[in-house]
Amino acid sequence: MLDATKPSLPYTPGVGYKAQHFNDIMQDAGPVGWLEVHAENYMGMGGRPLAQLRHLSEKFPFSVHGVGLSIGGIGRLDADHLTRLKTLCDWLKPASFSEHLAWSTHESAFLNDLLPLPYTSATVKRVADHIDEVQSTLGRQMLLENPSSYLAFAESDMSETDFLAEVVARTGCGLLLDVNNVFVSATNLGYSPQSYIDAYPLDAVREIHLGGHDEDEDETGAPLLIDSHGAEVVDPVWALLDYTLAKSGPKPLLIEWDTDVPEWAVLVEETKRADTALSVFA
Amino acid sequence: MITTQSDFRAALLDPSSPAPDGVQNPDGVPATKRFDVYRNNVAVSLTDALETAFPVVNKLAGTDFFRAMAGVYLRAHPPTSPVMMFYGEDMPDFLAGFGPAQSVPYLQEMARLELALRHSYHAADVTPIEPDALAKIAPDTLPNVTFGFAPSVHLIASNFPLHSIWWANTHGGDIAKVAQPTLITRPDFDPAVDALTRKQAAVLAALINGDPLGKALQNGGAGFDLGPLLGLLLSRNALISINT
Repeated sequence: MLDATKPSLPYTPGVGYKAQHFNDIMQDAGPVGWLEVHAENYMGMGGRPLAQLRHLSEKFPFSVHGVGLSIGGIGRLDADHLTRLKTLCDWLKPASFSEHLAWSTHESAFLNDLLPLPYTSATVKRVADHIDEVQSTLGRQMLLENPSSYLAFAESDMSETDFLAEVVARTGCGLLLDVNNVFVSATNLGYSPQSYIDAYPLDAVREIHLGGHDEDEDETGAPLLIDSHGAEVVDPVWALLDYTLAKSGPKPLLIEWDTDVPEWAVLVEETKRADTALSVFA
Repeated sequence: MITTQSDFRAALLDPSSPAPDGVQNPDGVPATKRFDVYRNNVAVSLTDALETAFPVVNKLAGTDFFRAMAGVYLRAHPPTSPVMMFYGEDMPDFLAGFGPAQSVPYLQEMARLELALRHSYHAADVTPIEPDALAKIAPDTLPNVTFGFAPSVHLIASNFPLHSIWWANTHGGDIAKVAQPTLITRPDFDPAVDALTRKQAAVLAALINGDPLGKALQNGGAGFDLGPLLGLLLSRNALISINT
């Protein structure tokens, strides 16, 4: 499925694009080499959102990141939504398309959150079948992102890393490794984030996400980190990025900041740090 | 123990129910507070989406009332599509039947206006007719002319001074004393909101419906002056074709 002739994201920092930063980006993007958008925010028929993308796509490679396909849902994929994704990808011609290992739709109700899945052979089959359908409809490889987990399922009988490796083997999809999600899940579920990276199929990684999280605790007093995309990336996550890159080599790095979005200058500072993490490969 | 997505979903939307069977912390203990993270994400993100979508309804109702109402709405009408930009399509009808909202009788019309603003913002890009296009039509054929409207055009019927209520809550100013059917257009990228008279609205509704000009003008009654309405439609880039 992977084709060296197809476009791919550059090995530079990118940011999740927010409309309020349009003028800043057009004037001086700093070290930012590419942009990522949430697919569902660009599914109108026209107007400013699509006009902005048209201008930006003349200057930057794009990643289209879906947040609503419900790849882990027990029902069929939403055919209308898949068509909308194809329309957007055919128009924007992004360097990458990615989605989440999660479900969000049940019996036509879209719950607007990335909901967790048990890791079993039945889930592998369902997720792999859905990814096959996405890749054949879009005519391109997709990347699958690891979730932030807050709880475990009694029925799970395999690790998340084995699950992802099995899905990659079955579908030929690539992976979007979110190192903040790894840190959040490892803290919440009590394992070492480094051991997760050691077991993770790094050969399939085509993009890495970095974002901030909130801190809470559960009713037993155990730490409960919550993925918020609303703050700076914390030092242990930067360290986990360095640990990962040392094993994987350089990758396209994305700063995700979706809530309480700061001034452009704050994002530039985050991308400079990502640029530094990549500089050891220059 | 299997946790079905059906059980998971039901517990997500019911704050009084326990976490579904089979979700646990790393020690195998049932994970109530951990499940609440998802429950909270769903309720808060949908409530926030409604607040963003209906800022003036929120202002008129008051934030405490609005968020409580949103909690009822999102459980009765969860999104049916991942395209959240249009979430809240059922809000006007919901408000019409929502007892506690009846003290603000124009709330549902305001919800209709704010929904139309979002549809206008995301409507397809089109090319408007030239301002002098109508002057090129032979006068004797004018009564048979029909107009094509930009997909960003919406007409909101109202028996309240809807436009000035919207304007007062977004820009400031006084509330008018007359009914204001409200026209939404999109001259460029930002929707425009204009007040119409009842007669202008009646003529425009017929034109949008595809009636020929001569027939539509009958809705305006004797002495109706088409000029101001036509001038507004042209200046707002609302017309995309004249069909003779």
